[in-house]
Amino acid sequence: MKQRRKVSLVAGACVVVSLAASAVTLHRIDQLRPQATIEEVLYLNSPKVLKRASLGYDGLLADIYWTRAVQYFGGRHHNHALSYNLLYPLLEITTQLDPRLIVAYQFGASFLAPPPPGGAGQPERAIQLMEYGIQNNPDNWKLYYDLGFVYYMNLKDYKQAAAAFERGSKVPNAHPFLRLLAAQMAEHAGEFDTARMMWSATYQNTQDKLIRQNAVEHLRALRVEEDVTHLQQAVTRFGERTGRLPASIAELAAAESLPGIPVDPDGHSYKLSPEGRIEVRVPDDFPFATKGLPPGFKPHPQFDSQPQ
Amino acid sequence: MKARIAHIASNTFREAVRDRVLYNLIAFAVLLSGAAILVGQISIEIEKLVVINLGLTAVSLFGIVIAIFIGIGLVSKEIEKRTLYTVLSRPVRRWEFIVGKFCGLAGTLVVNTFFMAIGVFAALFYVSHKFVRADALVLVALYFIVLEFLIICSLALLFSSFSSPLLSAVFAFSLFVIGSFAEDLRGFAGMAHGFTRWLVTGAAYLVPNFSALNVISSIAHEQPVAAQLIWHNTLYALFYATMALSGAVLIFEHRNLK
Repeated sequence: MKQRRKVSLVAGACVVVSLAASAVTLHRIDQLRPQATIEEVLYLNSPKVLKRASLGYDGLLADIYWTRAVQYFGGRHHNHALSYNLLYPLLEITTQLDPRLIVAYQFGASFLAPPPPGGAGQPERAIQLMEYGIQNNPDNWKLYYDLGFVYYMNLKDYKQAAAAFERGSKVPNAHPFLRLLAAQMAEHAGEFDTARMMWSATYQNTQDKLIRQNAVEHLRALRVEEDVTHLQQAVTRFGERTGRLPASIAELAAAESLPGIPVDPDGHSYKLSPEGRIEVRVPDDFPFATKGLPPGFKPHPQFDSQPQ
Repeated sequence: MKARIAHIASNTFREAVRDRVLYNLIAFAVLLSGAAILVGQISIEIEKLVVINLGLTAVSLFGIVIAIFIGIGLVSKEIEKRTLYTVLSRPVRRWEFIVGKFCGLAGTLVVNTFFMAIGVFAALFYVSHKFVRADALVLVALYFIVLEFLIICSLALLFSSFSSPLLSAVFAFSLFVIGSFAEDLRGFAGMAHGFTRWLVTGAAYLVPNFSALNVISSIAHEQPVAAQLIWHNTLYALFYATMALSGAVLIFEHRNLK
C-alpha cells in the first residue's frame, strides 16, 4: 500500500512537471517558427489540388484556410507590417475551396484594399477577389456594394464605382441606396455626403461590433475633415478680407458669425496654429482623419474595414 | 527493475511481430515502388518531391495506425486474456508493466520505421540515381516522425489504462487530428478574449503539438531544419510522452483489476 502511494506521488509529480515543461518547450518552439504554419500550408498552393485532396470536405478546409488568412492578417497587422505577401494566396485558396463563403470576399477585400499599415495596399487584388465572388454569387447585392466601395475609397475611380453600384442595384432585393450611390458616383459630387452615406450604411448593415466601431470612427473622421475644410476656407476668407491671419479660433468664429467656438466630435475646440492651420486638439482620437492633423503626425494603425 | 521492464518490452515486441504487424512493410514497399515508377512516367521534375512527400507521409500514417491500434490493446488485451494477473502475481510492479509495454511498442515502431526508411532511400535513389547532401534532411523528418510515435504510443497507453479499446482508439485518433491542427488552435487562442482565451490557450497547450513535428513539406523543398528546433522538439516529445505515461501509471496503479 505504501509502495503504491509512493508510485502515485511520483507519477503525479511527473504529470505536473512534464506538462509544465512541455508547455514551456512548446512556447519556445513557437518562437522558433512563428510563421511556419502559414508558409508550410502554401507549399500546396493550388486550390484545385487542395479541393481534390480534401476528399469532399472542401467546406471545412475553406473554413480552416479562412481562419489562417485572418490569423495571418491579424498577426502582420499587429506587428505593423508593411507587406502581406501571403494574404491573397490564402484568400484565393479559401474562396476557390468554398466560392459561397461571402465573409471571405467581404473581409478579404477590406484586408487587401486599404494602404499599409491598415491593409495590404492591393486594391486591384481586392477587386479581383470581389469579381470572383460576384461571379459565384451574382445575387448578393453586398458584394457589388463592396466592389464599388473599393473603387471609390481606395482607387477613387468614380466611373467604375458607379458601374459596380449600378450592377448591384439591379440584383433582386438589392438595398435601394445602391441606385442612389450609383447616381452620386456618376456625378462624383458631394464627396463628404457620399462617404457619410456609405459609412452610415455600413453601420446599419452589420451586427459585427468591430465593423460598427470602425464605421463610427470613420464617421467621426469625416466630420473632422468636413469641419476642418470649412474652417480652413474661413481662414482664407479672413486673410483676404483683413490681410492677416486670425489671432485665435474665437476671432475666426466671430468674424464668420458662427454660433460658438467650433468643436470636434469629442467636444474639444479646434485650434488655430500660428501658420493659420486648423488642427484637432487630440489627433490620436481620430485615427482615420486625413485633415486637421499636426504636420508629420502618424496615426496608430487601425483595422480599416469596409462595409459588410 | 530494468531487467523486468526489458523483459516486458521484448515480449511486447515479439507479440507485435507475431500479430504480423510488420506485414505493413510489404504494403509500404508496394506503395512506394509503385509511386516511384509511376510518377517518373507521368510527371516532370517532381519525382523526388513525390517520393519524399509520399514516402514520409506513409511512414507517419502507417506508424500512427500501428501505434494506435496496438497501443489501445496493450492493457485491455492482457486483462481480457487474464495474462495480466499472471504477470502481476510475479514481482512486477504495475508501473513497470506500463513502462515496459511502452518501450516494447516504441521499439516495434522504431524497427518498422527503420525498414521503411530504407525503402524511402531506395526509392529516392531509384528516381535520382544518386544521393545529395540535402537527402540527409529526410533523416531529420524520420526522426521527428519517431518522436511523433512516442507521443502517440504514450497517449494510446494512457487511454488504454482506463477505457475500452474502441473508445481508446477514438480518443487517440481524435487527439492526433486535433494535434495536427495545434498551431491553428493556438492561433484561435491568440484571437480570443477573456475567459475563452484562457480556455483555448489551456487546451492548445494540453493537446499534443504534431504540427511542429511535421516537417515533411519543408524537407521535400530542401529547407533546412534549425538545430534548435530539433533539440526543442526532442525535449517536447520526451516531456509530453513522460506526462502521458505518468498519467497512465497513475490511473493503472489505482485501477481495480478484480
